[in-house]
Amino acid sequence: MNWDLLIIQCLNGLQLGLLLFLLAAGLTLIFGIMDFINLSHGSFYMIGAYFCASITNLTGSLILGVVISLIGVLIVGALVEALLARRLYRNDHLDHVLVTLGLILCFDTAVHFFWGAEGMTIPLPPALDGQVNMGDIVIPTYRFVIIIAGLLVAGGLYLLVNKTHLGMLIRAGASNRVMVTALGINIDRLYMIVFAIGAAMAGFAGMLIAPITEASVGMGNEIIIIAFVVVIVGGIGSVKGAFYGALLIGLIDTLGRSYLDDFLKLSMPANYAETAAPALSAMMVYILMAAILAFRPRGLFPPATKS
Amino acid sequence: MTGSQTNPPQEPDRDTQGKSWGKVSGSTTVYLGIIVLLGFAPPFLSLINEPFYLDLLSRMLILGIAALSLNLILGYGGMISMGHAAYLGIGAYCVGIPAYYEIYNGFVHLALAIVLSGIFAFLSGIISLRTKGVYFIMITLAFTQMLYFTFVSLEEYGGDDGLVIELRSEFPGLFDTENNTNLYYCIYLTLLGSLLLVHRLIQAPFGRVIIGSKHNEERMRSLGYNTYRYRLVCYVISGILCGIAGVFLGNFTSFISPEMMDWTHSGELIFMIVIGGVNSLFGPLIGSMLFIFFEEWLSGITVYWHFIFGLMLIALVLFGKGGINGLITALFGERR
Repeated sequence: MNWDLLIIQCLNGLQLGLLLFLLAAGLTLIFGIMDFINLSHGSFYMIGAYFCASITNLTGSLILGVVISLIGVLIVGALVEALLARRLYRNDHLDHVLVTLGLILCFDTAVHFFWGAEGMTIPLPPALDGQVNMGDIVIPTYRFVIIIAGLLVAGGLYLLVNKTHLGMLIRAGASNRVMVTALGINIDRLYMIVFAIGAAMAGFAGMLIAPITEASVGMGNEIIIIAFVVVIVGGIGSVKGAFYGALLIGLIDTLGRSYLDDFLKLSMPANYAETAAPALSAMMVYILMAAILAFRPRGLFPPATKS
Repeated sequence: MTGSQTNPPQEPDRDTQGKSWGKVSGSTTVYLGIIVLLGFAPPFLSLINEPFYLDLLSRMLILGIAALSLNLILGYGGMISMGHAAYLGIGAYCVGIPAYYEIYNGFVHLALAIVLSGIFAFLSGIISLRTKGVYFIMITLAFTQMLYFTFVSLEEYGGDDGLVIELRSEFPGLFDTENNTNLYYCIYLTLLGSLLLVHRLIQAPFGRVIIGSKHNEERMRSLGYNTYRYRLVCYVISGILCGIAGVFLGNFTSFISPEMMDWTHSGELIFMIVIGGVNSLFGPLIGSMLFIFFEEWLSGITVYWHFIFGLMLIALVLFGKGGINGLITALFGERR
């Protein structure tokens, strides 16, 4: 067993898990509080990456890029909520799926129109571009940046949800929406804030990943499906569930891709294992979700009560 | 779900039930007229020398069958599947993989497609149908993703890059599918058969149970129906029908890849149903025809046509409840 490789892969899994959490946290809140399926949540991820790439290239400062883009994505999220999503909360899920699918087409095409079909890179400042040596292990510094930033946002969200007045309303909304309205809370404003915060977190995930993969049209469309898996696995409406679900899925996906063929070789001939492993490892997160739903139909951490 | 509030399922059924022609409603007459016109399309198109439009019509009808099959579970049964493109993929690969081994017999392709889509629908249905609402949407999507990645990893059959089908399915002694007109009629007849099948299913007690359990499952259960089992059978029939559409799609496009199973394509099938009108027998066909028409037309105007398409989709949900079926019914009347 190569322990160095295992540590590196675990860090990769942690990184993927935290990115997934940034996407899934917003999704699960929007899902849990407004009962709204937002397939276009991945578009905020893409827009965040493009905003950040443009502003960083323009100003030369990554920090300025991230800050301005965060405000930009917040505004885009609030606009989408006010102009579109708000009209649909009372409709059924089919309408949500269709409208947000239409929105994906609009956002993807708009990005294609303004930024062109080719991807955009974000240059890293030299301080973040290096490597960290830990014994025999060499890890790019930027991976730590992603992990630390992800953990900070997760901690901030925990404090926001559990320690503030707004968080109290969010938790109340997730467990009993009707009661919150009955108590005279301005539910429209709460919805807009939740939607915009969710969008900003998704956008932040896009900004974090863009220096590694580059910003590209449709980059959100694949990861959003995995983020949905995280939401379902964790339990709709539960931020805690989204956190543990995201880490679980990030680790399983990463470790599956690197170790599944060795694991399969224990029980079957090597050539079969090498054919089966790539397919199986890509499917693992979905298999996990199907298995969890078969035994716990409401996910691992369903919110306490839901009307 | 959508439109069910404004359009209770008993209504459209009662008027399509018409024992004699005299009782057929105005809207059904319009639809039957379109179907008859489609039957005369190939000679007409060869007369005006526009063979390209036959290709377009073939694609419309193939996706019409697929949308019709999805409507069986989505429109009538209220099961919103976000993974129906899987069956198009299964059907297409049931042509592609045998053709790779130089097996071109169309009966083999069809039999494979029916059996394999049936098995996939059965296995995924057993688990999916235990869930409701959002969970059902996501789990059907997950199963399709699993299939997608399976085909991506099958490097023998092209993996990500897909597979070129050199020759179409052969039906020795019957007709030659290399001729586009023959292929068109083959699709056309299958479409007629599927329309009849769905119509009969919905009229039958079986369909009543499916519609009933969409509106009030508790009540159907307390009446003694095992709604889970009814839904599973309905889900499998729908999958098989879409698998057959996939066989035609494989024959028609002659290039297949896992991309056919992408989740956005499942979304497009739902889109087609909603354009035409959920809860209507002919709606999915009309929807798929309009969908492909707009796709073809807009993509000829600008490369950014998806933007207009997306706006249309949003506008349809916000303002166009009931789809084209609602429009035609309003214009020509529910009953004469």
